[in-house]
Amino acid sequence: MLPEAAHHHPAGLAHQFDNLEQQKEAATLGMWAFLTTEILFFGGLFMVYTVYRSSYPDAFAAASHELVVWAGTVNTAVLITSSLTMALAVHAAQLGQRRLLIVFLLLTMALGCVFLGIKAFEYYTEFVERHIPGLNYDFEPKYFRNAQLFFSLYFLMTGLHALHMIIGLGIMAFMLWWSVRGVITAEYYIPIEISGLYWHFVDIVWIFLFPLLYLIGRHAH
Amino acid sequence: MSTVLLPPRHYLNDGYGVRSWLLTRDHKRIALLYLAGVTFFFFIGGAMAVLIRLELATPPGDLVTDETYNKLFTMHGVMMVFFFLIPVIPSVLGNFLVPIMIGAKDLAFPKINLLSWYIYVVGGLFTLYALISGGLDTGWTFYTPFSTVASTTNVIPAALGIFITGFSSILTGLNFIVTIHRMRAPGMTWFRMPLFLWSTYATSLINVLGTPVIAITILLVAAERVFHFGFFNPAVGGDPVLFQHLFWFYSHPAVYIMVLPAMGVVSELVAAGCRKPVFGYSFVAFASLAIAVLGFLVWGHHMFVAGESVYSALIFSILSFLVAIPSAVKVFNWTATMYQGAVSWETPMLYAYGFIGLFTIGGLTGLFLAAIGVDVHVTDTYFIIAHFHYIMVGGTIMGYLGGLHYWWPKMSGRLYNEGLAKLSAGIIFIGFNLTFFPQFVVGYLGMPRRYHAYPPEFQVLNVLSSAGASILGVGYLIPMVYLMWSLRYGRLAGSNPWGAVGLEWTTSSPPPTENFTETPRVTWDAYEYPASVETDVA
Amino acid sequence: MPTNHILPTRVYYTIFAILMLCTFATVLIAFFDLGPLNAIAALTIAVFKAVLVVLFFMHVRYSTRLTWAVVAGGVFWLGILLALTLSDYLTRSWQTFG
Repeated sequence: MLPEAAHHHPAGLAHQFDNLEQQKEAATLGMWAFLTTEILFFGGLFMVYTVYRSSYPDAFAAASHELVVWAGTVNTAVLITSSLTMALAVHAAQLGQRRLLIVFLLLTMALGCVFLGIKAFEYYTEFVERHIPGLNYDFEPKYFRNAQLFFSLYFLMTGLHALHMIIGLGIMAFMLWWSVRGVITAEYYIPIEISGLYWHFVDIVWIFLFPLLYLIGRHAH
Repeated sequence: MSTVLLPPRHYLNDGYGVRSWLLTRDHKRIALLYLAGVTFFFFIGGAMAVLIRLELATPPGDLVTDETYNKLFTMHGVMMVFFFLIPVIPSVLGNFLVPIMIGAKDLAFPKINLLSWYIYVVGGLFTLYALISGGLDTGWTFYTPFSTVASTTNVIPAALGIFITGFSSILTGLNFIVTIHRMRAPGMTWFRMPLFLWSTYATSLINVLGTPVIAITILLVAAERVFHFGFFNPAVGGDPVLFQHLFWFYSHPAVYIMVLPAMGVVSELVAAGCRKPVFGYSFVAFASLAIAVLGFLVWGHHMFVAGESVYSALIFSILSFLVAIPSAVKVFNWTATMYQGAVSWETPMLYAYGFIGLFTIGGLTGLFLAAIGVDVHVTDTYFIIAHFHYIMVGGTIMGYLGGLHYWWPKMSGRLYNEGLAKLSAGIIFIGFNLTFFPQFVVGYLGMPRRYHAYPPEFQVLNVLSSAGASILGVGYLIPMVYLMWSLRYGRLAGSNPWGAVGLEWTTSSPPPTENFTETPRVTWDAYEYPASVETDVA
Repeated sequence: MPTNHILPTRVYYTIFAILMLCTFATVLIAFFDLGPLNAIAALTIAVFKAVLVVLFFMHVRYSTRLTWAVVAGGVFWLGILLALTLSDYLTRSWQTFG
């Protein structure tokens, strides 16, 4: 979704566009259309989750109870904060404040790394507690069968989300490089804007994953 | 006839090296790269079909074993659906025409366009690897729990190949959507666009909205096999039918990904072949969008016998009937366009007639299948096979070949041999009907699909079908020959050999790399045919 | 389209504060047994948070109608997937799996 590299003037304008305005609109629409595909991609998983949770509410509540709720909560706060720094990075880019832009991009990436670190810690905890289906799965006999569905979904959903975070970090590293090199200007800030859209979207996915995976049945035990 | 010359500078002579092709960002060259790709996979899928029809020429399973047969029809389906039918018209004709038809220099994202070709090729080769190194026996539908816990064949490489190719579909669709929204030339309003663009746009919507769901579905199957997760496994409380819901949420609309672009092509052919504007332009345009939307509401009709609830089946049945409305609008409007038109009998038009007739048969038998009672009777029989081949082969391939013949002079700058072209169009039409019409009958009599042996009383119909398939095969090979031949020896076409209207006919054949020497300003509606038109080819 | 629409940073800080408050609220509510209301509350808060992010952080509030249509289209299609699949699961007179 990154616009074509700069060949012609004005800086950043690709040959197939008439002007930067048209290019900006095309890039924004392209990114939003891509995010639509992401809605449907994660949507398939939410569909599976909905069907099985409504079929096995007790097993899902019991399995959910095993997750580390404080880690999930902290991670939610971390991601929301990273969305703030991302929004501020776009703001700095719009104003052409290069140093501020670099600072906020670095902060965003740091928070993304913190998120992944905490996630890794959680995975390790699940491993120790023998919650990984197909690897070392064990659970209380009453919910042994159906809780596997929860954990399968938990690992796939959070795993795909983490993969999106890693891709996001890659995009941010690229943006950082462009910002340092001075490619990003107040006139040509669109790469930061559309990378930000991606980052915020990944945040939104987590906003739904967090209550669905960590909070259901929290009160039950 | 005035002397026709090749333009001194065009997209084909703008660099000759391998790099100038493999690193090109020109949508027209990428269209030709896709042409090579889809043709390659078409003949691989076709080879599987040849073996299937050979096996079915005799009742006992004597040519190949049952296991080999399973792999043959699976790979035929996988290759044809994912690597030929879905990409064919958008990536070849769409890539070539979308920017030219709206008066743009290129697609909005040329690098992404090239990327999607590479993704397509990598995905295709992955799947081909699965085919060569052991095969796949799940059917192209990957039904669980067989695909997740029972099959011992190459499910994961094939699934990975399809997953990868999905990105190609998504990126192409996304590129077209953005291009049509943002890159139209001055004056090219939505309602001045050729109908091919409306149908390409509708197709792209399905690509973007549907493909991610098949991606996640395939990923779930792969995760279940690799990590022994249990999404669809009854042993842990999973529901195999849930897989079918997710699968058909994409794979039913995928049928419209195949046939909508062909409908767009036919609209162009009918207008040019009759020298008239398409009757009820806006109805045909909105019918494309209606088909794209309704296509997402009917997937449950694949699951009438799979264990979905009665109420759900009822809803899906009613919604399925609704698809007939926009489809019929199109057929009636094409017919009305021909009425009192200067109807031509040139090759592209022959394919258009073929499309309209065969699509009508395919569509009407679709109504049978939307009715639960009939569907239960013919589910998993050759009736289904015949029905969807009438749509996919009779519809999509007819549309594609018609479009390829119509725009070939634009793409290559040269004319093919009209006599041979008409002959092969006739052979294809006859061969197609001989192949698939008997399958309606044998299916209704109860012959199930996906078996390598059958009772002797079905042999006559099966021999007819196999004979038709060999005729059809010849029909597909002839255009390969004369189209290749025309590249070197064909007469020069000139910019507008058909005397058609539309921006693509206002630029040279082949067009320059930037499509137009200056950005066109559009002040006319699509298909504004003057009372009489002189073609510039005698 | 209002191009280069630059929001004052206090908008971002305000939205951030609301998002954090919502996170706190959703965790707090989860520890009380409210029956089916637990799920409803959790999802309502999640949707509210997502809408805030989309409207302000992602600037949709200040974007073209086309962007609105794309966002709405994505959510609507997800709705189709959920609604028609559930039309099966919610009306099964027997549990076919389990």
